[in-house]
Amino acid sequence: MLAAMSIPPTTDQVQGPAIHVQGLEKSYKELRVLRGVDFEVARGGIFALLGSNGAGKTTAVKILSTLLRADAGTARVNGFDVATQAADVRESISLTGQFAAVDEILSGRENLVLVARLRHLENPGRIADDLLARFSLADAGARKVAAYSGGMRRRLDIAMSLVGNPPVIFLDEPTAGLDPQGRIEVWQVVKELAGRGTTVLLTTQYLDEAEQLADRIAILHRGRIIVNGTLEELKRLLPPVKVEYVEKQPTLEEVFLAVVGDDGEDREEREEREDGKGRENGEDGKGRENGEDRQDRRKDGGRPAITAATARTSKDAR
Amino acid sequence: MNRHFLGDTAVLLGRSLRHIIRSPDTVITTVITPIAMMLMFVYVFGGAIRTGSDSYVNYMLPGILLITIASGISYTAFRLFMDMRSGIFERFQSMPIARSSVLWAHVLTSLVANLISLAVVVGVALLAGFRSGAGVGAWLGVAGILILFTLALTWLAVIPGLTAKSPDGAGAFAYPLMFLPFLSSAFVLTETMPGPVRAFAEHQPVTPIVDTIRDLFTQKPVGTGIWIALAWCVGILVVACVFANISYRRRIS
Repeated sequence: MLAAMSIPPTTDQVQGPAIHVQGLEKSYKELRVLRGVDFEVARGGIFALLGSNGAGKTTAVKILSTLLRADAGTARVNGFDVATQAADVRESISLTGQFAAVDEILSGRENLVLVARLRHLENPGRIADDLLARFSLADAGARKVAAYSGGMRRRLDIAMSLVGNPPVIFLDEPTAGLDPQGRIEVWQVVKELAGRGTTVLLTTQYLDEAEQLADRIAILHRGRIIVNGTLEELKRLLPPVKVEYVEKQPTLEEVFLAVVGDDGEDREEREEREDGKGRENGEDGKGRENGEDRQDRRKDGGRPAITAATARTSKDAR
Repeated sequence: MNRHFLGDTAVLLGRSLRHIIRSPDTVITTVITPIAMMLMFVYVFGGAIRTGSDSYVNYMLPGILLITIASGISYTAFRLFMDMRSGIFERFQSMPIARSSVLWAHVLTSLVANLISLAVVVGVALLAGFRSGAGVGAWLGVAGILILFTLALTWLAVIPGLTAKSPDGAGAFAYPLMFLPFLSSAFVLTETMPGPVRAFAEHQPVTPIVDTIRDLFTQKPVGTGIWIALAWCVGILVVACVFANISYRRRIS
Protein backbone atom coordinates (compact mmCIF):
# COMPACT_ATOMS: atom_id res chain seq x y z
CA MET A 1 0.00 0.00 0.00
CA LEU A 2 1.03 3.56 -0.65
CA ALA A 3 -0.64 4.80 2.51
CA ALA A 4 0.75 7.96 4.08
CA MET A 5 4.03 8.26 2.22
CA SER A 6 4.79 11.92 2.29
CA ILE A 7 7.62 13.94 0.90
CA PRO A 8 8.46 17.24 2.58
CA PRO A 9 8.04 20.24 0.29
CA THR A 10 11.33 21.62 -0.92
CA THR A 11 10.30 25.05 -2.17
CA ASP A 12 11.46 28.09 -0.26
CA GLN A 13 8.63 30.14 1.15
CA VAL A 14 10.03 33.62 1.31
CA GLN A 15 6.72 35.11 0.25
CA GLY A 16 4.61 32.44 1.84
CA PRO A 17 2.84 29.81 -0.22
CA ALA A 18 0.06 30.78 -2.64
CA ILE A 19 -2.15 28.07 -1.19
CA HIS A 20 -1.88 26.58 2.25
CA VAL A 21 -4.26 23.84 3.35
CA GLN A 22 -4.21 22.16 6.72
CA GLY A 23 -6.42 19.48 8.22
CA LEU A 24 -9.27 20.15 5.82
CA GLU A 25 -12.36 18.04 6.47
CA LYS A 26 -15.74 17.96 4.77
CA SER A 27 -18.61 15.52 5.04
CA TYR A 28 -21.91 15.27 3.21
CA LYS A 29 -24.13 13.71 5.83
CA GLU A 30 -22.52 10.32 6.53
CA LEU A 31 -20.08 10.50 3.63
CA ARG A 32 -16.66 11.80 4.68
CA VAL A 33 -15.33 13.32 1.48
CA LEU A 34 -12.24 15.01 2.92
CA ARG A 35 -10.65 13.53 6.04
CA GLY A 36 -7.79 15.83 6.89
CA VAL A 37 -6.17 17.18 3.75
CA ASP A 38 -2.84 19.04 3.99
CA PHE A 39 -0.84 20.56 1.17
CA GLU A 40 0.89 23.71 0.03
CA VAL A 41 1.33 25.26 -3.37
CA ALA A 42 4.30 27.55 -3.97
CA ARG A 43 3.79 30.82 -5.81
CA GLY A 44 4.03 30.41 -9.54
CA GLY A 45 3.82 26.64 -9.36
CA ILE A 46 1.52 24.25 -11.16
CA PHE A 47 0.14 21.80 -8.65
CA ALA A 48 -1.87 18.79 -9.72
CA LEU A 49 -4.36 17.16 -7.41
CA LEU A 50 -4.62 13.71 -8.85
CA GLY A 51 -7.35 11.29 -7.93
CA SER A 52 -10.10 9.05 -9.21
CA ASN A 53 -13.76 10.03 -9.35
CA GLY A 54 -15.14 10.74 -5.93
CA ALA A 55 -11.73 11.20 -4.33
CA GLY A 56 -12.73 14.68 -3.14
CA LYS A 57 -10.87 16.82 -5.68
CA THR A 58 -13.83 19.01 -6.61
CA THR A 59 -14.85 19.40 -2.98
CA ALA A 60 -11.35 20.65 -2.14
CA VAL A 61 -11.43 23.13 -5.03
CA LYS A 62 -14.88 24.37 -4.03
CA ILE A 63 -13.69 25.03 -0.49
CA LEU A 64 -10.61 26.88 -1.75
CA SER A 65 -12.72 29.00 -4.10
CA THR A 66 -15.17 29.92 -1.27
CA LEU A 67 -18.12 28.03 -2.77
CA LEU A 68 -18.27 25.56 0.13
CA ARG A 69 -17.45 25.78 3.81
CA ALA A 70 -15.11 23.21 5.35
CA ASP A 71 -16.23 21.34 8.46
CA ALA A 72 -12.76 21.55 9.99
CA GLY A 73 -9.26 22.69 9.14
CA THR A 74 -7.90 25.87 7.64
CA ALA A 75 -7.20 26.98 4.12
CA ARG A 76 -5.41 30.14 3.04
CA VAL A 77 -5.26 31.36 -0.53
CA ASN A 78 -2.88 34.17 -1.41
CA GLY A 79 -2.49 34.71 2.33
CA PHE A 80 -6.24 35.09 2.98
CA ASP A 81 -8.35 32.70 5.02
CA VAL A 82 -11.13 31.19 2.87
CA ALA A 83 -13.62 31.20 5.75
CA THR A 84 -13.06 34.63 7.28
CA GLN A 85 -11.64 36.64 4.35
CA ALA A 86 -13.73 35.19 1.53
CA ALA A 87 -14.03 38.51 -0.30
CA ASP A 88 -10.22 38.91 -0.43
CA VAL A 89 -9.87 35.33 -1.60
CA ARG A 90 -12.34 35.99 -4.42
CA GLU A 91 -10.28 39.00 -5.49
CA SER A 92 -7.21 36.75 -5.71
CA ILE A 93 -8.59 33.74 -7.56
CA SER A 94 -10.55 32.53 -10.46
CA LEU A 95 -12.23 29.22 -10.89
CA THR A 96 -12.66 27.18 -14.03
CA GLY A 97 -15.11 24.54 -12.96
CA GLN A 98 -15.66 21.07 -14.28
CA PHE A 99 -18.20 22.18 -16.86
CA ALA A 100 -17.21 25.02 -19.14
CA ALA A 101 -18.80 27.97 -17.34
CA VAL A 102 -19.46 30.06 -20.41
CA ASP A 103 -22.61 31.79 -21.56
CA GLU A 104 -23.67 30.00 -24.72
CA ILE A 105 -26.02 32.71 -25.92
CA LEU A 106 -23.39 35.43 -25.75
CA SER A 107 -20.43 35.65 -28.11
CA GLY A 108 -16.93 34.82 -26.96
CA ARG A 109 -16.06 38.49 -26.74
CA GLU A 110 -19.21 39.33 -24.79
CA ASN A 111 -18.37 36.59 -22.29
CA LEU A 112 -14.96 38.14 -21.67
CA VAL A 113 -16.39 41.66 -21.43
CA LEU A 114 -18.97 40.39 -18.93
CA VAL A 115 -16.28 38.96 -16.66
CA ALA A 116 -14.12 42.09 -16.99
CA ARG A 117 -17.10 44.27 -15.97
CA LEU A 118 -17.88 42.03 -13.02
CA ARG A 119 -14.25 42.32 -11.92
CA HIS A 120 -14.74 46.10 -12.12
CA LEU A 121 -11.87 46.62 -14.57
CA GLU A 122 -11.39 49.53 -16.89
CA ASN A 123 -11.42 49.01 -20.65
CA PRO A 124 -13.29 45.69 -20.66
CA GLY A 125 -13.35 45.73 -24.46
CA ARG A 126 -9.60 45.94 -24.79
CA ILE A 127 -9.06 43.22 -22.18
CA ALA A 128 -11.44 40.98 -24.13
CA ASP A 129 -9.69 41.61 -27.44
CA ASP A 130 -6.26 40.92 -25.93
CA LEU A 131 -7.38 37.61 -24.48
CA LEU A 132 -9.16 36.57 -27.68
CA ALA A 133 -5.92 37.14 -29.57
CA ARG A 134 -3.84 35.33 -26.97
CA PHE A 135 -6.10 32.28 -27.05
CA SER A 136 -6.40 32.18 -30.85
CA LEU A 137 -10.08 33.03 -30.63
CA ALA A 138 -9.94 36.41 -32.37
CA ASP A 139 -11.72 35.15 -35.49
CA ALA A 140 -14.40 33.42 -33.42
CA GLY A 141 -14.83 36.32 -30.99
CA ALA A 142 -18.04 37.63 -32.52
CA ARG A 143 -19.67 34.23 -32.85
CA LYS A 144 -22.08 32.76 -30.33
CA VAL A 145 -20.36 30.35 -27.97
CA ALA A 146 -23.05 27.74 -28.73
CA ALA A 147 -21.26 27.25 -32.07
CA TYR A 148 -17.81 26.66 -30.51
CA SER A 149 -16.08 23.27 -30.37
CA GLY A 150 -15.35 21.69 -26.99
CA GLY A 151 -11.72 22.77 -27.11
CA MET A 152 -12.57 26.37 -28.03
CA ARG A 153 -15.15 26.52 -25.26
CA ARG A 154 -12.59 25.36 -22.74
CA ARG A 155 -10.04 27.86 -23.97
CA LEU A 156 -12.59 30.64 -23.68
CA ASP A 157 -13.44 29.35 -20.22
CA ILE A 158 -9.79 29.56 -19.19
CA ALA A 159 -9.42 32.95 -20.89
CA MET A 160 -12.36 34.18 -18.76
CA SER A 161 -10.46 33.01 -15.70
CA LEU A 162 -7.46 35.12 -16.68
CA VAL A 163 -9.39 38.39 -16.90
CA GLY A 164 -7.80 40.74 -14.38
CA ASN A 165 -4.76 38.46 -13.95
CA PRO A 166 -5.70 36.85 -10.65
CA PRO A 167 -2.58 35.40 -8.99
CA VAL A 168 -4.18 32.00 -8.30
CA ILE A 169 -6.18 29.93 -10.75
CA PHE A 170 -8.14 26.76 -10.06
CA LEU A 171 -8.77 24.41 -12.93
CA ASP A 172 -11.11 21.61 -11.99
CA GLU A 173 -10.62 18.76 -14.45
CA PRO A 174 -9.87 21.12 -17.31
CA THR A 175 -9.81 18.40 -19.95
CA ALA A 176 -12.73 16.25 -18.79
CA GLY A 177 -14.96 15.41 -21.72
CA LEU A 178 -12.63 16.85 -24.35
CA ASP A 179 -11.45 14.97 -27.41
CA PRO A 180 -7.68 14.47 -27.82
CA GLN A 181 -7.25 17.67 -29.82
CA GLY A 182 -9.18 19.70 -27.31
CA ARG A 183 -7.06 18.29 -24.53
CA ILE A 184 -3.85 19.21 -26.30
CA GLU A 185 -5.15 22.75 -26.81
CA VAL A 186 -5.86 23.10 -23.11
CA TRP A 187 -2.48 21.68 -22.11
CA GLN A 188 -0.83 24.27 -24.29
CA VAL A 189 -2.70 27.05 -22.54
CA VAL A 190 -1.88 25.79 -19.05
CA LYS A 191 1.82 25.48 -19.86
CA GLU A 192 1.78 29.05 -21.07
CA LEU A 193 0.27 30.20 -17.79
CA ALA A 194 3.16 28.73 -15.84
CA GLY A 195 5.56 30.94 -17.76
CA ARG A 196 3.69 34.02 -16.56
CA GLY A 197 4.04 33.39 -12.86
CA THR A 198 0.42 32.48 -12.21
CA THR A 199 -0.13 29.83 -9.55
CA VAL A 200 -2.26 27.01 -10.93
CA LEU A 201 -3.99 24.30 -8.98
CA LEU A 202 -5.47 21.75 -11.31
CA THR A 203 -7.34 18.58 -10.57
CA THR A 204 -7.26 15.65 -12.90
CA GLN A 205 -7.87 11.96 -13.02
CA TYR A 206 -5.48 11.47 -15.91
CA LEU A 207 -1.98 10.47 -14.85
CA ASP A 208 -0.41 11.68 -18.06
CA GLU A 209 -2.01 15.09 -17.63
CA ALA A 210 -0.41 15.53 -14.21
CA GLU A 211 2.87 14.31 -15.63
CA GLN A 212 2.70 16.73 -18.58
CA LEU A 213 1.74 19.85 -16.71
CA ALA A 214 2.49 19.85 -13.02
CA ASP A 215 5.70 20.57 -11.19
CA ARG A 216 4.22 19.07 -8.04
CA ILE A 217 1.70 16.29 -7.84
CA ALA A 218 -0.39 15.20 -4.88
CA ILE A 219 -2.48 12.07 -4.98
CA LEU A 220 -5.81 12.44 -3.21
CA HIS A 221 -7.30 9.10 -2.32
CA ARG A 222 -10.44 8.56 -0.23
CA GLY A 223 -10.25 12.02 1.26
CA ARG A 224 -6.57 12.06 2.15
CA ILE A 225 -3.37 13.11 0.42
CA ILE A 226 -1.34 9.91 0.25
CA VAL A 227 1.60 11.14 -1.83
CA ASN A 228 2.88 14.64 -2.49
CA GLY A 229 6.02 15.57 -4.39
CA THR A 230 7.61 16.43 -7.71
CA LEU A 231 7.40 13.96 -10.54
CA GLU A 232 11.00 12.97 -9.87
CA GLU A 233 10.28 12.41 -6.20
CA LEU A 234 7.22 10.36 -7.03
CA LYS A 235 9.24 8.22 -9.40
CA ARG A 236 11.79 7.56 -6.67
CA LEU A 237 9.05 5.94 -4.60
CA LEU A 238 9.08 3.07 -7.04
CA PRO A 239 11.71 0.35 -7.31
CA PRO A 240 15.01 1.29 -8.99
CA VAL A 241 15.39 1.51 -12.74
CA LYS A 242 15.89 -1.73 -14.57
CA VAL A 243 16.69 -1.52 -18.26
CA GLU A 244 14.39 -3.62 -20.34
CA TYR A 245 13.67 -3.40 -24.04
CA VAL A 246 10.04 -3.07 -24.99
CA GLU A 247 8.71 -2.82 -28.49
CA LYS A 248 7.00 0.54 -28.78
CA GLN A 249 3.49 0.15 -30.14
CA PRO A 250 1.60 3.27 -31.16
CA THR A 251 -1.22 4.08 -28.76
CA LEU A 252 -4.69 4.42 -30.18
CA GLU A 253 -4.45 8.15 -29.47
CA GLU A 254 -1.32 8.46 -31.60
CA VAL A 255 -3.06 6.54 -34.38
CA PHE A 256 -6.10 8.78 -34.05
CA LEU A 257 -4.07 11.97 -34.16
CA ALA A 258 -2.01 10.73 -37.11
CA VAL A 259 -5.14 9.83 -39.06
CA VAL A 260 -7.10 13.00 -38.39
CA GLY A 261 -4.04 15.21 -38.79
CA ASP A 262 -4.03 16.52 -35.22
CA ASP A 263 -6.29 19.49 -35.88
CA GLY A 264 -9.85 18.33 -36.10
CA GLU A 265 -9.99 18.17 -39.88
CA ASP A 266 -10.44 14.93 -41.64
CA ARG A 267 -8.25 14.00 -44.52
CA GLU A 268 -10.66 14.77 -47.32
CA GLU A 269 -11.16 18.30 -46.13
CA ARG A 270 -7.44 18.82 -45.84
CA GLU A 271 -6.82 17.48 -49.30
CA GLU A 272 -9.58 19.65 -50.63
CA ARG A 273 -7.94 22.68 -49.17
CA GLU A 274 -4.55 21.69 -50.44
CA ASP A 275 -6.09 21.51 -53.89
CA GLY A 276 -6.72 25.21 -53.45
CA LYS A 277 -10.46 24.82 -53.02
CA GLY A 278 -12.84 26.15 -50.34
CA ARG A 279 -11.29 28.11 -47.50
CA GLU A 280 -14.59 29.33 -46.16
CA ASN A 281 -14.38 26.98 -43.20
CA GLY A 282 -13.92 29.82 -40.78
CA GLU A 283 -17.61 30.52 -40.28
CA ASP A 284 -19.04 27.02 -40.14
CA GLY A 285 -18.91 26.69 -36.40
CA LYS A 286 -16.55 23.74 -36.23
CA GLY A 287 -13.86 25.74 -34.55
CA ARG A 288 -10.95 25.68 -36.90
CA GLU A 289 -7.94 27.69 -36.06
CA ASN A 290 -5.24 29.36 -37.98
CA GLY A 291 -2.32 27.37 -39.22
CA GLU A 292 0.19 28.90 -36.87
CA ASP A 293 -1.61 27.64 -33.82
CA ARG A 294 -1.81 24.19 -35.31
CA GLN A 295 1.92 24.13 -35.89
CA ASP A 296 2.59 25.01 -32.28
CA ARG A 297 0.48 22.22 -31.01
CA ARG A 298 2.13 19.65 -33.16
CA LYS A 299 5.52 20.40 -31.68
CA ASP A 300 4.79 19.02 -28.27
CA GLY A 301 1.22 18.02 -28.55
CA GLY A 302 1.17 14.25 -28.53
CA ARG A 303 1.84 12.09 -25.54
CA PRO A 304 5.46 11.45 -24.70
CA ALA A 305 6.72 8.28 -26.31
CA ILE A 306 7.29 5.44 -23.93
CA THR A 307 11.03 4.91 -23.78
CA ALA A 308 12.92 1.91 -22.51
CA ALA A 309 13.78 3.73 -19.30
CA THR A 310 10.26 4.71 -18.29
CA ALA A 311 8.53 1.62 -19.52
CA ARG A 312 9.80 -0.39 -16.58
CA THR A 313 7.96 1.54 -13.95
CA SER A 314 4.50 0.49 -14.86
CA LYS A 315 5.61 -3.11 -15.11
CA ASP A 316 7.49 -3.30 -11.85
CA ALA A 317 4.97 -1.34 -9.90
CA ARG A 318 2.39 -4.04 -10.19
CA MET B 1 -24.94 46.23 1.19
CA ASN B 2 -21.92 45.59 -0.99
CA ARG B 3 -20.70 48.71 -2.76
CA HIS B 4 -20.77 46.94 -6.11
CA PHE B 5 -24.37 45.72 -5.74
CA LEU B 6 -26.00 48.17 -8.17
CA GLY B 7 -23.23 48.00 -10.78
CA ASP B 8 -23.00 44.21 -10.70
CA THR B 9 -26.77 43.84 -10.87
CA ALA B 10 -26.88 46.15 -13.89
CA VAL B 11 -24.15 44.16 -15.69
CA LEU B 12 -25.87 40.84 -14.99
CA LEU B 13 -29.26 42.28 -15.95
CA GLY B 14 -27.76 43.34 -19.27
CA ARG B 15 -26.56 39.79 -19.77
CA SER B 16 -29.97 38.16 -19.19
CA LEU B 17 -31.79 40.79 -21.24
CA ARG B 18 -29.54 39.83 -24.14
CA HIS B 19 -30.74 36.27 -23.68
CA ILE B 20 -34.33 37.44 -24.10
CA ILE B 21 -33.58 39.60 -27.12
CA ARG B 22 -31.64 36.76 -28.78
CA SER B 23 -34.21 34.10 -28.05
CA PRO B 24 -37.56 35.84 -28.57
CA ASP B 25 -39.11 32.36 -28.64
CA THR B 26 -39.30 32.60 -24.84
CA VAL B 27 -41.66 35.57 -25.16
CA ILE B 28 -43.61 33.85 -27.95
CA THR B 29 -44.10 30.62 -25.98
CA THR B 30 -45.05 32.67 -22.93
CA VAL B 31 -47.84 34.55 -24.72
CA ILE B 32 -49.12 31.81 -26.99
CA THR B 33 -51.16 29.98 -24.32
CA PRO B 34 -52.87 33.07 -22.87
CA ILE B 35 -53.59 34.43 -26.35
CA ALA B 36 -55.04 31.10 -27.50
CA MET B 37 -57.20 30.97 -24.37
CA MET B 38 -58.35 34.52 -24.89
CA LEU B 39 -59.37 33.87 -28.48
CA MET B 40 -61.14 30.63 -27.51
CA PHE B 41 -63.10 32.33 -24.78
CA VAL B 42 -63.94 35.41 -26.82
CA TYR B 43 -64.91 33.69 -30.07
CA VAL B 44 -66.07 30.21 -28.92
CA PHE B 45 -67.32 30.05 -25.33
CA GLY B 46 -67.87 33.73 -24.69
CA GLY B 47 -71.25 33.87 -26.41
CA ALA B 48 -72.65 31.35 -23.91
CA ILE B 49 -71.30 33.07 -20.82
CA ARG B 50 -73.39 35.69 -19.07
CA THR B 51 -71.35 38.15 -17.06
CA GLY B 52 -73.55 41.20 -17.09
CA SER B 53 -70.76 42.97 -18.94
CA ASP B 54 -71.28 44.51 -22.36
CA SER B 55 -68.15 42.96 -23.85
CA TYR B 56 -66.78 39.57 -22.80
CA VAL B 57 -63.19 40.43 -23.80
CA ASN B 58 -63.36 43.44 -21.47
CA TYR B 59 -64.57 41.11 -18.71
CA MET B 60 -61.94 38.40 -19.03
CA LEU B 61 -58.78 40.30 -20.03
CA PRO B 62 -57.60 40.78 -16.39
CA GLY B 63 -57.64 37.00 -15.87
CA ILE B 64 -55.74 36.46 -19.12
CA LEU B 65 -53.10 38.95 -17.95
CA LEU B 66 -52.59 36.95 -14.75
CA ILE B 67 -52.30 33.73 -16.78
CA THR B 68 -49.67 35.47 -18.91
CA ILE B 69 -47.61 36.25 -15.82
CA ALA B 70 -47.99 32.71 -14.47
CA SER B 71 -46.86 31.42 -17.84
CA GLY B 72 -43.92 33.83 -17.99
CA ILE B 73 -42.42 33.03 -14.62
CA SER B 74 -41.81 29.40 -15.57
CA TYR B 75 -39.02 30.85 -17.74
CA THR B 76 -37.69 32.71 -14.72
CA ALA B 77 -37.25 29.39 -12.94
CA PHE B 78 -35.86 27.82 -16.11
CA ARG B 79 -33.25 30.54 -16.70
CA LEU B 80 -32.09 30.38 -13.10
CA PHE B 81 -31.92 26.59 -13.23
CA MET B 82 -29.83 26.65 -16.41
CA ASP B 83 -27.36 29.08 -14.82
CA MET B 84 -27.04 26.84 -11.79
CA ARG B 85 -26.45 23.79 -13.92
CA SER B 86 -24.07 25.26 -16.47
CA GLY B 87 -21.46 26.25 -13.93
CA ILE B 88 -21.68 29.96 -14.77
CA PHE B 89 -23.44 30.45 -11.45
CA GLU B 90 -20.40 29.04 -9.63
CA ARG B 91 -18.11 31.22 -11.68
CA PHE B 92 -20.07 34.31 -10.60
CA GLN B 93 -20.07 33.18 -6.98
CA SER B 94 -16.30 32.71 -6.98
CA MET B 95 -15.78 36.24 -8.31
CA PRO B 96 -15.44 39.45 -6.30
CA ILE B 97 -19.03 40.57 -6.92
CA ALA B 98 -22.00 41.32 -4.71
CA ARG B 99 -23.34 37.78 -4.46
CA SER B 100 -27.00 38.74 -4.20
CA SER B 101 -26.80 40.64 -7.49
CA VAL B 102 -26.89 37.30 -9.35
CA LEU B 103 -30.36 36.66 -7.98
CA TRP B 104 -31.60 40.23 -8.35
CA ALA B 105 -30.57 40.29 -12.01
CA HIS B 106 -32.81 37.27 -12.61
CA VAL B 107 -35.68 38.88 -10.75
CA LEU B 108 -35.46 42.11 -12.74
CA THR B 109 -35.11 40.18 -16.00
CA SER B 110 -38.27 38.32 -15.13
CA LEU B 111 -40.05 41.62 -14.59
CA VAL B 112 -38.92 43.03 -17.95
CA ALA B 113 -39.75 39.82 -19.83
CA ASN B 114 -43.23 39.70 -18.29
CA LEU B 115 -43.94 43.34 -19.07
CA ILE B 116 -43.07 42.66 -22.72
CA SER B 117 -45.37 39.62 -22.75
CA LEU B 118 -48.18 41.60 -21.10
CA ALA B 119 -47.83 44.36 -23.71
CA VAL B 120 -48.12 41.78 -26.50
CA VAL B 121 -51.23 40.22 -24.93
CA VAL B 122 -52.90 43.63 -24.44
CA GLY B 123 -52.10 44.39 -28.09
CA VAL B 124 -53.86 41.23 -29.24
CA ALA B 125 -56.77 41.99 -26.89
CA LEU B 126 -57.17 45.40 -28.56
CA LEU B 127 -57.39 43.62 -31.91
CA ALA B 128 -60.01 41.30 -30.43
CA GLY B 129 -62.15 44.26 -29.42
CA PHE B 130 -60.90 45.16 -25.94
CA ARG B 131 -61.66 48.79 -25.13
CA SER B 132 -61.19 50.78 -21.96
CA GLY B 133 -61.92 54.36 -21.12
CA ALA B 134 -59.48 54.23 -18.21
CA GLY B 135 -57.39 57.33 -17.64
CA VAL B 136 -53.68 57.52 -16.99
CA GLY B 137 -54.14 57.06 -13.24
CA ALA B 138 -56.19 53.88 -13.68
CA TRP B 139 -53.69 52.45 -16.19
CA LEU B 140 -50.85 53.18 -13.75
CA GLY B 141 -52.87 51.40 -11.06
CA VAL B 142 -53.28 48.36 -13.33
CA ALA B 143 -49.57 48.42 -14.16
CA GLY B 144 -48.67 48.69 -10.48
CA ILE B 145 -50.80 45.69 -9.49
CA LEU B 146 -49.44 43.63 -12.40
CA ILE B 147 -45.84 44.51 -11.47
CA LEU B 148 -46.48 43.59 -7.85
CA PHE B 149 -48.09 40.29 -8.88
CA THR B 150 -45.17 39.58 -11.25
CA LEU B 151 -42.62 40.22 -8.50
CA ALA B 152 -44.55 38.00 -6.07
CA LEU B 153 -44.69 35.10 -8.55
CA THR B 154 -41.09 35.73 -9.64
CA TRP B 155 -39.79 35.25 -6.11
CA LEU B 156 -41.94 32.15 -5.93
CA ALA B 157 -40.32 30.93 -9.17
CA VAL B 158 -36.84 31.51 -7.75
CA ILE B 159 -37.40 28.66 -5.27
CA PRO B 160 -37.84 25.85 -7.86
CA GLY B 161 -35.20 27.55 -10.01
CA LEU B 162 -32.67 27.07 -7.21
CA THR B 163 -33.78 23.68 -5.97
CA ALA B 164 -35.13 21.75 -8.98
CA LYS B 165 -33.34 18.68 -10.25
CA SER B 166 -34.33 19.02 -13.92
CA PRO B 167 -35.31 21.86 -16.26
CA ASP B 168 -38.83 20.41 -16.57
CA GLY B 169 -39.15 20.32 -12.81
CA ALA B 170 -38.05 23.95 -12.61
CA GLY B 171 -40.84 25.08 -14.94
CA ALA B 172 -43.60 22.69 -13.91
CA PHE B 173 -44.68 24.56 -10.77
CA ALA B 174 -46.18 27.26 -13.00
CA TYR B 175 -48.98 25.01 -14.37
CA PRO B 176 -51.17 25.04 -11.26
CA LEU B 177 -50.70 28.81 -11.09
CA MET B 178 -51.95 29.11 -14.67
CA PHE B 179 -55.12 27.26 -13.70
CA LEU B 180 -55.85 29.32 -10.63
CA PRO B 181 -57.70 32.04 -12.63
CA PHE B 182 -60.23 29.40 -13.81
CA LEU B 183 -61.27 28.90 -10.19
CA SER B 184 -61.91 32.61 -9.72
CA SER B 185 -64.07 35.41 -11.02
CA ALA B 186 -61.78 35.77 -14.05
CA PHE B 187 -64.01 34.03 -16.62
CA VAL B 188 -67.42 33.54 -15.01
CA LEU B 189 -69.28 35.06 -12.12
CA THR B 190 -68.52 33.19 -8.91
CA GLU B 191 -72.27 33.12 -8.07
CA THR B 192 -72.73 30.49 -10.78
CA MET B 193 -70.37 28.03 -9.06
CA PRO B 194 -71.43 25.26 -6.62
CA GLY B 195 -70.90 26.02 -2.90
CA PRO B 196 -67.40 24.72 -2.06
CA VAL B 197 -65.93 25.83 -5.40
CA ARG B 198 -67.48 29.25 -4.95
CA ALA B 199 -66.08 29.50 -1.42
CA PHE B 200 -62.60 28.70 -2.76
CA ALA B 201 -62.98 31.10 -5.69
CA GLU B 202 -64.03 34.00 -3.51
CA HIS B 203 -61.20 33.54 -1.04
CA GLN B 204 -58.22 32.96 -3.28
CA PRO B 205 -55.87 35.77 -4.40
CA VAL B 206 -56.82 35.84 -8.09
CA THR B 207 -60.43 36.99 -7.51
CA PRO B 208 -59.71 40.29 -5.71
CA ILE B 209 -56.80 41.05 -8.09
CA VAL B 210 -58.92 40.36 -11.20
CA ASP B 211 -61.87 42.33 -9.80
CA THR B 212 -59.67 45.31 -8.98
CA ILE B 213 -58.06 45.41 -12.43
CA ARG B 214 -61.50 45.05 -14.05
CA ASP B 215 -62.85 47.92 -11.98
CA LEU B 216 -59.90 50.09 -12.94
CA PHE B 217 -60.42 49.28 -16.65
CA THR B 218 -64.16 50.03 -16.46
CA GLN B 219 -63.69 53.15 -14.32
CA LYS B 220 -65.73 51.78 -11.44
CA PRO B 221 -64.80 52.55 -7.84
CA VAL B 222 -62.45 49.81 -6.65
CA GLY B 223 -63.78 49.68 -3.08
CA THR B 224 -62.03 47.62 -0.40
CA GLY B 225 -61.19 44.92 -2.95
CA ILE B 226 -58.00 46.72 -3.92
CA TRP B 227 -56.65 46.40 -0.36
CA ILE B 228 -57.34 42.68 -0.31
CA ALA B 229 -55.64 42.39 -3.71
CA LEU B 230 -52.59 44.34 -2.54
CA ALA B 231 -52.44 42.37 0.72
CA TRP B 232 -52.36 39.09 -1.24
CA CYS B 233 -49.62 40.37 -3.58
CA VAL B 234 -47.45 41.75 -0.79
CA GLY B 235 -48.06 38.68 1.38
CA ILE B 236 -47.02 36.24 -1.36
CA LEU B 237 -44.09 38.50 -2.22
CA VAL B 238 -42.74 38.62 1.33
CA VAL B 239 -43.17 34.91 2.07
CA ALA B 240 -41.72 33.83 -1.30
CA CYS B 241 -38.85 36.29 -0.97
CA VAL B 242 -37.92 34.95 2.47
CA PHE B 243 -37.97 31.32 1.33
CA ALA B 244 -36.13 32.14 -1.92
CA ASN B 245 -33.37 33.86 0.03
CA ILE B 246 -33.12 30.93 2.42
CA SER B 247 -32.73 28.56 -0.56
CA TYR B 248 -30.20 30.91 -2.09
CA ARG B 249 -28.11 31.13 1.04
CA ARG B 250 -28.17 27.38 1.30
CA ARG B 251 -26.89 27.10 -2.25
CA ILE B 252 -24.01 29.52 -1.88
CA SER B 253 -22.55 28.53 1.48
